[in-house]
Amino acid sequence: MDIRLDQISHLYGETEVLRDITLDIPSGRIVCVVGPSGCGKSTLLRFIGGLERPSSGRVLQLGTPPEGCLNALTYVFQDFALLPWRSVRGNISLVLEDHGIRGAAADKIIADVLARTKLTDFAKALPKQLSGGMKQRVAIARALAVNPAVMLMDEPLSALDSQTRELLMDDLIALWTRTPFTAVYVTHNLAEAVRLGHSIVVLSRRPGRIREVVHLDKPLAERGYADPDLEATQRHLWELMREEARAADEELLNV
Amino acid sequence: MSDIPAPATAAAAPATANEVRFRGGGFAPRSPRWVGVAVFVVLITVMEWGTRSGWISALTLPRPSDVLKTLVELYQSGQLVQHLVPSLTRLAVGAAIGATLGVVAGVLIGLFSYVRAGLVPLVAAIFPIPKIALLPLFVIWFGIDEGSKYALIAFGTFTPTVVATYGAVDNVDRSLIRMGQSFGLSWLSIVRKIVLPGAMPGILSGLRISLAIAIILLVAAEMLGAEYGIGAYILEAGALYDLERLFAGVVILSLLGVVVSAVIGMIERRLLGWRS
Repeated sequence: MDIRLDQISHLYGETEVLRDITLDIPSGRIVCVVGPSGCGKSTLLRFIGGLERPSSGRVLQLGTPPEGCLNALTYVFQDFALLPWRSVRGNISLVLEDHGIRGAAADKIIADVLARTKLTDFAKALPKQLSGGMKQRVAIARALAVNPAVMLMDEPLSALDSQTRELLMDDLIALWTRTPFTAVYVTHNLAEAVRLGHSIVVLSRRPGRIREVVHLDKPLAERGYADPDLEATQRHLWELMREEARAADEELLNV
Repeated sequence: MSDIPAPATAAAAPATANEVRFRGGGFAPRSPRWVGVAVFVVLITVMEWGTRSGWISALTLPRPSDVLKTLVELYQSGQLVQHLVPSLTRLAVGAAIGATLGVVAGVLIGLFSYVRAGLVPLVAAIFPIPKIALLPLFVIWFGIDEGSKYALIAFGTFTPTVVATYGAVDNVDRSLIRMGQSFGLSWLSIVRKIVLPGAMPGILSGLRISLAIAIILLVAAEMLGAEYGIGAYILEAGALYDLERLFAGVVILSLLGVVVSAVIGMIERRLLGWRS
């Protein structure tokens, strides 16, 4: 299943946040969206998953989601969004219960996603007992449980320290290599973008427009920490963004 | 331990070496168990000693040992049970009705715009009414028997429960609700599995206040048409200026408050163990 963004523009009151975004997200690829703060990249992600409506333009699903898919468009949030009163297992079963999946069928799915995210031993733990990295792995396991057609990842590693971030990036690459998934990955961290993205969409500052789409051909599994091949792309991205990031930083907030 | 090598110039002999003054700490009150008990013991000892030695006259304060004696007599004569059972029933029924309706109304206010717009001003209007003043009205509406007593206590617990509950629902983390929506959870599932558990801490702390108010209103409810009950007992003693019995009744109410608070504490520990 592909996603097509068709001429999306958006206004918050008087403020124009996004202007004329047209973009295709092909199946089986990770598309990273980068841009200076306040450029509307998280808003764009909320449009894709139907949590917010753009002022104009449409988000289209092309084709049907694969069989066994419970929730085609599934988010992984920056703040994890785990229910603190439910165990790791309970947090995953939460998203299955509404689809009538209980008992043995649920156990099978939960065991599978916990194994894939290396959380098998922590099924009974409460979120408060887990580190940030573990919490995000639980959130990823929860997203995998509904067998999504597209994963919508909203700065999933931004709340983590840099070492945990590296570990989780390796985990994500391993997950993708085993079973390629489609993802839109919003981040402000260019190192993450060049490690995980098959293509990287650079947005300008507010109102956000697509400035450039960079494609990376090197297979994910071959990209490493501080990879010299990626460094050139990362530098290029930074040069694109540098002035805008500065300007965005010096902007007065209108709230 | 490894020392960080200092630049050569800084290695020159230091002029003076003062220890850095500690200026952190504090602002983190704990409650050592024995202090609370000690305060009670000291107060009661002073009262006992004062009344015995005569610088507190028997008209000002009853002697604590006499109050204790009255309590023991009350218990031995079986009157304690006779008074306690109707009072506890009134408290339980009235508070259960008031708290249940309050939680339901609070959740509805927290969820629906029209209910919020309609009920919040109404609750604000009835909150400050001294419920005691309405007792005669309740007697007319619900009868002089148990009905008016349940109604008074229920009414008194209702308003604070509503306010606490809708505040708690408002404070449920919206990102969790968005998460529920993003996974396609039904509206009912979101309310049942995300909103209600998320509001539970606020609801329970509201219940603490509501139940204390229920105990206060118990005495008021027993002003009219009650033969037995702790409130009736206190009012009768008060009318006769029988300070020993008055204080004995007050002690029972205080203990009731402590027990209720402890029970809610237990429920909190059981239900809210997930809080960090």
